[in-house]
Amino acid sequence: MAQRSVDGSSFTLADLRGERRRMRKEAVIKTVFLGTAALSIVISALIVFSLARETFTFVTQVDASSLWSEGWFPRRGLYDIKTIFVGSVLVTLIGMLVAIPLGMGAAVYLSEYAKPKVRRALKPILEILAGIPSVVLGVFALAWISPQIVQRMNSNSALFNLMAAGIGVGILVTPLVASIAEDAMKAVPKALREASYGMGARKVTTCVKVVIPAAVSGLVAAFIIGVSRAIGETMVVAIAAGASGGSLFSMNVFERGQTMTAAMASMASGTDAVKGAGLTFQSLFFVGMLLFVMTLLLNLVADRFVRRVRQKY
Amino acid sequence: MGTSSKALTNSSEFVRDRLRGRRFDTTGFLFRVLLLGTLFITLLLLTTLIFDVVSGGWSVLSTRLGSFLTGKLSISATTAGISQGLRGTFFIGLFVVLIAFPLGVGAAIYLEEYASRSRLSRIIDVNIRNLAGVPSVVYGLLGFAIFVKALRFITGPQSNGATVISAGLTLAILVLPIVIITSAEALRAVPDSLREAGFGVGATRWEVVRSHVLPYAGPGILTGTVLSLARALGEAAPLILVGATTGFLSEGAGYSLSSLQERFTAMPIVIYTWAGRPQEGFRSATSAAIVVLLVVVLLANTVAILLRNKYEKRR
Repeated sequence: MAQRSVDGSSFTLADLRGERRRMRKEAVIKTVFLGTAALSIVISALIVFSLARETFTFVTQVDASSLWSEGWFPRRGLYDIKTIFVGSVLVTLIGMLVAIPLGMGAAVYLSEYAKPKVRRALKPILEILAGIPSVVLGVFALAWISPQIVQRMNSNSALFNLMAAGIGVGILVTPLVASIAEDAMKAVPKALREASYGMGARKVTTCVKVVIPAAVSGLVAAFIIGVSRAIGETMVVAIAAGASGGSLFSMNVFERGQTMTAAMASMASGTDAVKGAGLTFQSLFFVGMLLFVMTLLLNLVADRFVRRVRQKY
Repeated sequence: MGTSSKALTNSSEFVRDRLRGRRFDTTGFLFRVLLLGTLFITLLLLTTLIFDVVSGGWSVLSTRLGSFLTGKLSISATTAGISQGLRGTFFIGLFVVLIAFPLGVGAAIYLEEYASRSRLSRIIDVNIRNLAGVPSVVYGLLGFAIFVKALRFITGPQSNGATVISAGLTLAILVLPIVIITSAEALRAVPDSLREAGFGVGATRWEVVRSHVLPYAGPGILTGTVLSLARALGEAAPLILVGATTGFLSEGAGYSLSSLQERFTAMPIVIYTWAGRPQEGFRSATSAAIVVLLVVVLLANTVAILLRNKYEKRR
């Protein structure tokens, strides 16, 4: 080796490259990891493919008048999209009315007010809540929220109602909103806060007029991701909103109702997968496709906002 | 000496007082109370939920815990048990651990350690983040189209493909993006100096990853994977679409390999089914089943949180 380097002429790039066998092993390993990463693209393609095939059948064969009728009764061939769409919107709206104050409030407190010790004690509340499965919140919405909260708000309300489902969804989404919002507020540089204090501003003023405006992109992202999760939530609505089988068009949140997700679950549950007249099976995929597109758009928009936070600070 | 220092504290207090302003900061106080109030409401809801469930299920848990855990699904609430649900949930967890964890960690290693800033890696990255936002019912449709229908000859020809294999694979796919994202985050937290030290002594990339990066990122990766396991164990919506049995089920209690191709149910599905039963007895059975599921899921979550806290302290 020493001789060669003195010589200079026979010392080539190949000597620096290392042992052949090691390099080959390295290349194999890299390919395997690339394969695992590329699998995610295959999964996306499979989702789109499996949704698109049946959706196409549905769209081409369905009777257009049944898409705008008095209700969503897939087993009778009535596919009124607006019934379940409005149901989803109502549940999401109620859910966000619960999740935004609870989630954002928790986020502001944890990031701006809580001392590290207090934060360590309070943060687990949200973490435990985040770990609670949605079926459990569904049962809670039906067995406790509906009689104890909703029926006290409106004594005419049914036991199964969209309001209880919406509140349940809101509780479910709260930890997610809180966690994204807290990250956004923590990303605001300390210098901004110090500048504000330096001018004699109080803590509230600093918080409301400096930190929150600076973190607004991230807070918007938290809102959008919350909406996307609320629209996609299935079990809470399937359990607490009733209306298995079908639902008439209604805007009354104190009555039974159906959302896009719960409609899918109720079509699929029963003795054996999906049965029913004509295009029931295909309608399942059609609703799934709508849901997929809606949440995808929301997530893409949210991603934009998150990226803006990252670029700024 | 004593008097002068006293005068000093007096004057500094005076200055501080003047700077602070004499008035009580009402707005600030109210804002703080409001924020604490939201956290208090959340805590109240959480404790109500847990209290409601435990007190509701107490009559079952205290009198017949053994037969409840070992019994089969039944039409009668007094004899109904959750052994088939536990078994389904166990196998689903096994599939997630065996499939989603290696694939997810592998993908994260590729994205963080190997991928250059190429177009392909950017597409993969965006794609994974979008997959993480796809609603779980939609994954159920995927599982139904692929595992239950197209691959029925593998997943269970006798049971129309509605088996725990289909369910396990579907949920493994569902949590895969979460495993990738959390693992990638843990890998990103590894300081570059560690890698550079490895490269400096002539190690290849894989050697650096195996002996330096992975041990350092290990606890972080484990935290993320345990959290995603907990998520998979609590999912119900995709299982409904994959065809989990919601009614009476005679089989689906064995742990043998061939039993994987039988019809199945899982804990969340048991809860969903019982919650829909009108008989009074099923209310306490539902609550008891929830307590069992919560113990499993929250135990996994607690382990993950403790792991993370320990790991954060080390750094």
